[in-house]
Formats: sequence, structure tokens, C-alpha cells
Amino acid sequence: MPDAPGLELIRGEIEQDHPGAVLDTSFDRDQPTLVVDPAQILAVLTWLRDAPGQGYRFLSSLHAADYLPASPRFAVHYELLNRDRVERLRVKAMLADPGEDALPQIDSCVELFPTAEFQEREVYDFFGIVFKGHPDMTRILMPEDYVGWPQRRDFPIGGEPVTFTYNERNYG
Amino acid sequence: MAEPAGTSGEVETEVMTINIGPHHPATHGVLRLVVDLDGEVVRDLKPVIGYVHTGIEKSCEDKSYWKVIPFVERMDYVSYFFQMEAFCGAVERLVGLEIPPRAKYLRTIFLELNRIHSHLVWLGTTALDLGAVSMLWYCFRERDRILDLFEMATGQRMHTRYFQVGGVIEDIPLGFEAKLRQFVADMPVRVGQYQALLDRNEVFLSRTKDVGIVSRERLLELGVTGPLLRAAGEPWDLRKAFDYLAYPELDFKVPVGTVGDNYDRYRVRVAEMVESVRIIEQALDGLPEGPFIADDRKYVLPPRSELSTSMESLIHHFKLVTEGYRVAPGEVYYAIESPRGELGCFVLADGSSKPSRVHFRDPSFVNLQAFKDMSVGAYVADMICSLGMLDPILGGVDR
Repeated sequence: MPDAPGLELIRGEIEQDHPGAVLDTSFDRDQPTLVVDPAQILAVLTWLRDAPGQGYRFLSSLHAADYLPASPRFAVHYELLNRDRVERLRVKAMLADPGEDALPQIDSCVELFPTAEFQEREVYDFFGIVFKGHPDMTRILMPEDYVGWPQRRDFPIGGEPVTFTYNERNYG
Repeated sequence: MAEPAGTSGEVETEVMTINIGPHHPATHGVLRLVVDLDGEVVRDLKPVIGYVHTGIEKSCEDKSYWKVIPFVERMDYVSYFFQMEAFCGAVERLVGLEIPPRAKYLRTIFLELNRIHSHLVWLGTTALDLGAVSMLWYCFRERDRILDLFEMATGQRMHTRYFQVGGVIEDIPLGFEAKLRQFVADMPVRVGQYQALLDRNEVFLSRTKDVGIVSRERLLELGVTGPLLRAAGEPWDLRKAFDYLAYPELDFKVPVGTVGDNYDRYRVRVAEMVESVRIIEQALDGLPEGPFIADDRKYVLPPRSELSTSMESLIHHFKLVTEGYRVAPGEVYYAIESPRGELGCFVLADGSSKPSRVHFRDPSFVNLQAFKDMSVGAYVADMICSLGMLDPILGGVDR
């Protein structure tokens, strides 16, 4: 892992090439995190992957979280891995809820990391975060005609209609 | 008059789209494949998943931390110890809880037993797909001995809920070590027997050699980890790379392949079984004395015997069982090497006694993306072979 000063060095170097791209850093429980402006996410990911001395070429995991009631509310997490130095780095893009029926949007990183294809679809499926430029932005685990974004914190648990309702009718 | 078909000397083919699954024995679970076939050759392929999605990650958000453990075990139902370790390890890192050395070793022993178990299920079912029916019985015979060991130590054959935040729930019982040593002594012989059955089996060799090759670079791009990546010659194993549990203190090798075909995938997994046996042997020899769970009453249940004598223990027990413990806000990603690759668990804590987000980076889910690269251009029968060698567990894919 880059330690806390190492994280600030990375931040400084990104700032030189892409001013304003890194909004914040945090070093919590030995895990370094870069909080990145979502509009520049691809620039930062490309830099971390290709810049000499960085080499975060493996995307371990891409997932999202809902920080309700915080604002901005959503975050997409990129768990990057440098396999030569065995260092992990988390890049986090915070996305505001545009309100009502509009969906938050961020650039897709499938071009950079083909592994993100299924994982971005999963995030879209559960949080309604649209990845611009994804080749097939459809639901992946939920049924394709499903309405709603089930992993959002304001989506209730339970109340899902069950297809086979015999037991519910007679014994529920 | 039109000529009858097949007499003009030119074979006309038409691309046909067929649907395999979701309920097909060769898909190893509820997986649907939409395949474009040109004669018998696969031209395009799309896996359709989600049939056994049960919303486990969402359910976890409604459970206090210690109640999440049995939920996550049911994702990848063949490697349940690994799911437990990923979740418990993530929570331990969130609360800063150090687990005692004996717990580390016990966890390592059970993880490696589970790895052998998982590879046995894989070998039995995949060999069955290729026509080696007797392999299923031999593999499941040894698998049953592992399940017996699980039952002896934990009370359950599957979904054991043995790992706890802070250690393991109980020490291993009397007689367990002797039984495990017997198994450890027998297993390399059994693996040798499997190899004798398959390694010089002409049908098996011609079905697996030079089939389903994907280059190492492409696999890395697709995020593939585990035996699939190692079969392509990349010695990447999180047990070696990262420092967790007792692995840094144990001596074991990382088997790798050279070509990256289905035969190499088979060889790597079989070799891994032998390495797991070595790990268990060493962990048993070096098993430290001492407590099997951390002594932190804020997170760990007090011993049963104290409940009738100590008021404080009773209060701690009551607090832990009713509300659970609260975890200070923060987020942790913890990844371990499961039988299928990198199994990562992301836990987001918001200060309450329930996790605000639990996400599993399941290796089956990510590895499934490589299936198209493995199968396009090959025969349908080879596609079935590649799917078996990919070893997806659909419970883990769909969560």
C-alpha cells in the first residue's frame, strides 16, 4: 500500500497533469483512498494505469455504495492493484443524486479495464448509476423488466411480490 | 427440378442461435447461454445470469454484523469458509481486532480443507461432463470425508458458521486431529489415483489439450484470477502476495501452467490439492496453543461458563446478542485467495450496528467474462469442457 505521504505524492503528481482532479485523500485503516472528480475519472484512472512509476494496471473490483443521507450521495469505488509492488489503491468518485427520475452518470472505464463490463452493469442494476460509453448498459442480475434500484438505501427491504403465492395466501 | 440438398458439392451453413440452459446439467448451475452456432462451431456467446439472485447483499444491510455471517456463506455454496473469512476479516480490519495465533492456524486449516473440497467437486463434475463418470464417485468419496471433518468440528457439513469476528466459535474437538492426519496421509495417494485415471486417458487428453486457450495478457485485462490465470503461466496468488492468516509462516508452492489450455487448468487445480494438503500438515504441526478467539468482550461473546457467575459477562452477552456491536464509520476492502480467484469483501460501516453496504467481488462473476474468449471458434462440446474448467459457482455469480 502507498502510505499516507506516498498518497499525497500521488495526489501532487496527478494535480500537475490534471488540476482539480483529486478532491480529497484519506488514509483510513491502512487503506489509501483518492476521492476524484467524477468528470475526470477516466483521466485519473488512465494516469494511474500508464504513468511511469505507478502501474495500477489491475482493477480488482468495481462497486458502488449509497451514503444516504450524505451529499453527494453515491460513490463508485475502483479497487486498483499494482501487482508488481503488491499495492492497493482505492479511487472513489462521488456522484450527486440529480433528483426525481434522472439518473447519476459517470464515464465507463470498460475501454481501460475490460473487466469492468459486468461490474458496471451490476452497479447500474442495483444503484441506477449510468456508465456513459458502456457497450451494453442493461440489467444483469435483476429481471430486465424490473422497476427500481434495489441497493439504494431508501429502497425498502421486503414487500417483493412472490410468483408462487400458495403458502402466502393460505398460511401467511 | 431442384437438386437435393447436399449434392451440389458445396456445404451451405447458416448461423443458428440456440439457447443452452438455464436448467442444463452441463451448465453447473442455473446459467443460461445464448450461443450463435455455425454448424458445430461457436461464433458468438452471451452468458445470461441472475436466475439465482437472492439479494443477499441487500439482506445483509438489515442484519447486525454477527448475523451477516450465515448469509454470506450462502453466496458461493461450495466455498463457504472463504466467504466467512472474507467478511469476518473485513470486519476485523474495520474494528481493529487482532485474532489470536491459534485462530489464524485453525482458519487456515479449514480454508485449505475447503479448497480441496471445492476442487474435488469441480474435478468430479467436470470429468463427468467429459465422460469419465467414475471420477465423480471417487471425488465425492473424498469430499465426504472432508464434510465429515467439518461436521465433527463445527456441527454442520455445509454452511458451518464456524468463523466468528475475532476467531473461531469453538476449539477443534478431541480426536479431530487424528482424523485429519489420517485424511492428510491418504489424500496425496488419492490425488495420484485421479491422475492415473485421467493423465493418460486418451479421450480426456484430446478433449482438453489445446482447447480454450486465452492469453495471459487477455486474462489479466478481463480481471481473471485464480487457477485460470495461473494455468496461463502467471504465478499470482494472494496467499503469497498479501500477508493474511498463517500463510506467511507456511511453506507451499504456487503451481502454474505453460499453455493456458483446459489441460493446464486441470493440472494446476490437481497440483493445488496436493499443496493444500501440505499446508494443512504444516499448520497441524505448528498449531499454537492458546485461545481460539480474541478476548475482547465488546465484540466477542463471553464463554458460556461465565454467564452464570459474572454479571458483567451476562451484560456483554445480552448487548452483543440483542443490538450487536457498533462499528465506527469507515470502509474496508479485504481480498483473499478463494479456490476460484480473488474473493474480495467490501464493507461500509456507518457507525450503527448494521453494515451499510456489503459487497462481494466474486471470482466466478468476474471470471465468467473470459468464457466468450475461451469458447468462440471452438466446437460446442469444447465449450462445455471450457465451462467446466472455468468452474463458475452460480450462487456466487448471482449472489
